[in-house]
Amino acid sequence: MKGVVTVMLKQDVLDVQGQAIQRSLHSLGFDTVQKVRIGKSVEVDLNATSPAEAEAQLRGMCEKLLVNGVIEDYRLQVLEN
Amino acid sequence: MAQTQRCAVLVFPGSNCDSDLLKAAQAIPGWNAEYVWHTTESLEGFDLILVPGGFSYGDYLRVGAMAARSPVMQALRKEAAHGVAVLGICNGFQILTEAGLLPGTLLPNRSLKFVCEVSPLEVANAQTAFSSRYTPGATIRVPVAHGAGNYFCDAQTLERLEANGQVVFRYAEGQNPNGSLNNIAGICNASGNVLGMMPHPERAMAEWMGSADGRALFESLQDALN
Repeated sequence: MKGVVTVMLKQDVLDVQGQAIQRSLHSLGFDTVQKVRIGKSVEVDLNATSPAEAEAQLRGMCEKLLVNGVIEDYRLQVLEN
Repeated sequence: MAQTQRCAVLVFPGSNCDSDLLKAAQAIPGWNAEYVWHTTESLEGFDLILVPGGFSYGDYLRVGAMAARSPVMQALRKEAAHGVAVLGICNGFQILTEAGLLPGTLLPNRSLKFVCEVSPLEVANAQTAFSSRYTPGATIRVPVAHGAGNYFCDAQTLERLEANGQVVFRYAEGQNPNGSLNNIAGICNASGNVLGMMPHPERAMAEWMGSADGRALFESLQDALN
């Protein structure tokens, strides 16, 4: 199975990279841009007997390493191969 | 006569201030400093543990994140719980927050620029094991060199840090190089035996280095350990 973890800065944490990208987009003429937030996506191939078990494993990985709960939120997606 | 103190300088793949930190520790009379590799599983017998700056694991995932999960950090956690003094500088500070030994975290500098300069610091609390040789409120000159030194924590944690006197060093008003909350440059844990700071006292050990103001931090520890 494959898990996709999307990690984003919490809404109340200033995202300086997102702001810099927003300024660049504006300078390229994309005037419609209101806000840019940047995050990361982590793909994990893993062995699990069910999507629920895969999700439980992935939550453990997020809590122990992949996500810093002080500044980040995450969402999970489990894909069956 | 001061007794001999055993001092560990941790080394992770990508540490690059370990040599400076070892030399700073060796400059303190009575300190016996040695490198300890990140795979080491015990730090028993050390009186002081120093976590150096650098770019451990290439800053992969988040600054300090991978190093914080290495075997030597399990050992460090055990010794810190027993009251052993721990000092993390720059990447060492980032590692200590990622390991949960200090609250909050270090975000990329607000300017998105790497800052490398001698920054004036205010000694906000001179009653810790790391700062007792400084005059309270004194301004000292210690270099900074980092891309992610913007200290951040939630409002309740910040309030608690301030109320408990856990903010030990602050950037001088108007000279904050990274946008950290309340100009925070260095904090300690509630028990006062773990300190993390972005500025590099090991790079300010003698006048020929541009400043000797970092030396008093190591001498404060020397007093505390004797």
